Order: sequence, then structure tokens, then C-alpha cells
Amino acid sequence: MTMKTLALPLAASLATALTLSAGHAQAQSADMEKCFGVSLAGANDCAAGPGTSCAGSSTVDYQGNAWTLVAAGTCMDIELPAMADGTARMGSLEALDRDLPPA
Amino acid sequence: MPPEMHHAALQDGFRAALWADAPPDGLTAPNPAEIAQRFKVYRNNVFHSLTRALAARFPVVERLVGGEFFTALARAYLAADPPQGPVLLHWGESFAPFLEGFAPVAQLPFLPDVARLEYLRGRASHAADAAPVAPAALGVDDLEALHLALHPSVHLFASPHPAVQIWQGQQPGAPKMALKAGPDHALIARRPDFALVVEPLDPASFAVLTALKGGAPLGAAARHGDLTAALTLLLTHGLIADARKGTPA
Repeated sequence: MTMKTLALPLAASLATALTLSAGHAQAQSADMEKCFGVSLAGANDCAAGPGTSCAGSSTVDYQGNAWTLVAAGTCMDIELPAMADGTARMGSLEALDRDLPPA
Repeated sequence: MPPEMHHAALQDGFRAALWADAPPDGLTAPNPAEIAQRFKVYRNNVFHSLTRALAARFPVVERLVGGEFFTALARAYLAADPPQGPVLLHWGESFAPFLEGFAPVAQLPFLPDVARLEYLRGRASHAADAAPVAPAALGVDDLEALHLALHPSVHLFASPHPAVQIWQGQQPGAPKMALKAGPDHALIARRPDFALVVEPLDPASFAVLTALKGGAPLGAAARHGDLTAALTLLLTHGLIADARKGTPA
């Protein structure tokens, strides 16, 4: 079998797959969202460090690069203790650079 | 003996006593006559919580053998391979091989593969994150040379038994279905919305996906069968993390 004869069925397969999967792809749950910086040490769902499998691996309370799944729309409203300097500590939909474990 | 040595020895003795009849040395209680009884309570709590952890990881195995049998089975597995660390999500990999050698379940030859499937669901659940590529990334001229990096949660499962059908039949609300003879194949993965999927595969799609996961370009993978079903599953569940020509990094 040569590459040339393969090209047509491959393109047809891809076209069919794209059509069948349209509307499903990139599915994101509307009910939950990742909330960074709100988990207690060791209680994160996952995150922290590139390429790691890391549920339960955060080592600092409210670690900024660890996330927990929360009901969508509630991440910023979670009540957290204030930072050491007195400013408010808030959850975030993006990873944070506060409360990181010592390097 | 320095105090830290003494503490380490006490901990070792404490742990060893979990598997023995007598309580460890060095324990105290308000009423010393109660030490053995109190340690039995502790030992029972350890076994009970680990049994529930095992059942949470292997719920279909528990349903298939029944709760009472599972408790006894868990006790035997715990003795053979207790957790080696505090993170229980790493525990249970040896459960399927253990079942293969456990005589009381020898009449359930599919049971180890059901356990393997359930363990892979756990692995998929805790796999690293990767954002799916936009479908447009697949729109290239030279499709044969395109390599797909599959999401880290993607596991391909195969069993000579109808293990996937048996697992499906034990899901809540599953309709009663007649089992077809194995082999069974499935794709196990975690979608971007954190839902776990177990998608039965035909043997050709299993071969195609195994080739793609191994880094084969689309052209080489297509020699194992038609790509349509495999690509549809990957795109539907957002499981293509990268697409590029040449050797993937």
C-alpha cells in the first residue's frame, strides 16, 4: 500500500470524525470549575507542577498552583483567611504565584 | 538508645503488631488491662478503612463477589500487599494480579480483568492535565505524517473475557444485556469536564489507537484498520493534546 492510495481514505475518515464529533469536542462541564488557591494542604484535586499527577500533593494551605473542583461561579466567593500582610486572599480560575511551597 | 531511635522502633513494632495477635510493646493506657482490647479497636479501624478504600477503587469487583466476600478478600489482599505510602491512589495496582492467584475466585476468570479496568479508571482520573487541541490542528495536507499526542489519561484496555460488558452491566441503571463472548476492548480516559469514559472498541480501532498512542503517524496507524471510529472518539472526548508532523517530542 503506497502513501498516495492512503491519502483519500484518511482525509475521508478525518472529515467524518470531525462531523460526528462536532458539538461534543471541547466539552466542558457547566457545573464545576477549577479553583486555584483554595485547597488545604494535601486536599487538592490536582494541579501543581507541569506534567505531574498530583491529587493530594499540595504541601501548603491555599497553595496557589493547586486546584479543587468547585461549583461553577463560586470560586471567587470562597471565604479564606486573610494573607499575612492583611490583604484579602481569594481563589482564582488561573494558577496563582502566592502560597507556593519553598523551592 | 537516642529518643528518635526509640520512636522508630516503637513505630516499627506498632506496624508489625497490626498483622499479629498481640499488641506491640511500649503501649500505655489508663487501665493497662485494656491495652490489648484497645489495640484491637485500632487494628479493626485500619482494616475497615482500607477495605472501604479498596471497595471505592474497585466497586464492580465488590458487587460481583458481594460485600461479605469482598471484606474477607480485602483482608487477604491487605496482608499480601499493604499500602506502601500514604497516597492511596497509588494503591491497588497489584490487586488484579493478586486475584489471578487467589484460589477462591478461580471460578471467576474475568474478575482480574474487571479489576484492571477499574484500576485504569483511577489512573485516568488522576492523570496529568492537558488541554485538547482545536480540531483545526488536524487540517493539514500531509495527513499520513501527522502524529497525535493523546491525552495523558488515555489508557487502552484489552481482555480475552467480556470484561468491558460485565463492567458496563454493573453500572447503576444499566439495562440487562446478554454477554457476547470476548475478547473485549475499550478506551478509558478522562474528558476535559473530568468525566471518566469507558468506550468499548472494535479490535481494529483498538489496534489503531494503540499505534497512535505509541507515537505512530496517522498513515502507519491506518494500516491497522479504518481510522474513523478512533478519531471520532478522540475528538468527541477532547483527547488529542497535540498534533504535529515529524517525530513527537
